[in-house]
Amino acid sequence: MSSARPIATTRSASGMPTGRLAVWWVIASEIVIFGGILTSYVMYRLAHDSFAEQAAHTNTWIGAFNTFVLLTSSLMAVQAHKAADSGDGAKAARFLHYTCLGGILFILVKSFEWASEIGRGYTISSSPFWSFYYTAAGLHALHVIAGVVIMFIVAAAAKQYRDLHRVELIGVYWHFVDVVWIFLFPLLYIAK
Amino acid sequence: MSDHAENAGNETHGGHETHHGDYVRVWKVLLVLLVVSVVGPIVASAIEHRPTALAVTLSTAFGIAVVKAYMVVKNFMHIQFTQRFVPYLVVTMLVFMFLLFAGAAPDVMKSEGRNWVKPGWIAENADYRAHHPDGSAGGAH
Repeated sequence: MSSARPIATTRSASGMPTGRLAVWWVIASEIVIFGGILTSYVMYRLAHDSFAEQAAHTNTWIGAFNTFVLLTSSLMAVQAHKAADSGDGAKAARFLHYTCLGGILFILVKSFEWASEIGRGYTISSSPFWSFYYTAAGLHALHVIAGVVIMFIVAAAAKQYRDLHRVELIGVYWHFVDVVWIFLFPLLYIAK
Repeated sequence: MSDHAENAGNETHGGHETHHGDYVRVWKVLLVLLVVSVVGPIVASAIEHRPTALAVTLSTAFGIAVVKAYMVVKNFMHIQFTQRFVPYLVVTMLVFMFLLFAGAAPDVMKSEGRNWVKPGWIAENADYRAHHPDGSAGGAH
């Protein structure tokens, strides 16, 4: 094996490439992070009726639109994975760019939504609900931004037919970010 | 794109079999579920029988969220084609999440127990103070 090849493309003792193993470890740790926030939110939501009163001020349609955006971007990410598996780096890069567009649109909509809510006086210190809301959605938004940045880097390499295995890895991460939002949406926008 | 690329359904990539399915169809089903999860609670709000309304809201909002997450993990993340320890790893983390809930929920969700009561709750609950003028905690119920 050439020393120039990244170690993530080689097999590890686990029987799977190190890169894929690392991504699943990241996801496992992320489940604990987001799981801790979500379970804490559910406990407080069930114990305090004031959470429902505050949740009534979130905009369900904006949340639904962002869910649509993330689901569609996940479709683009998995299409990029399929293209990378078939060795078509240019097509994989194109689909990754579409995925990035979805992530950027998600952040733009979120920015508009937060500006509107803060303008109406709902800030992170307004009440326990809004503290959870901005913490959970903010942490998720940071993951979206990180995913978009990494995806642009992976797409640039894929376009030159380099490191195509990374297309799958960033895709798996992106789908996880999608799954987190799938649970945040009903908790923060629907349960009123 | 070449025929080879178009027909690349199942192939070995990076040490495991990747089985690509009809992703657009999965996406369409996810969108239908999204619509149901939005419309369900709206319909539930019009139902006067509260237990029925609650059941409709929980099943359409949260039940469908579980289904959507499962579909993404299975069809997009291909967890079933990874090594067997990966699903076990994920399930273990989810179990930790429920353990956190089970361990912390009594403290967060209850205001009093057999031998304890939250001081802040006593201050807010005039009825409790009326029955416990000495401010004693628990054991009286």
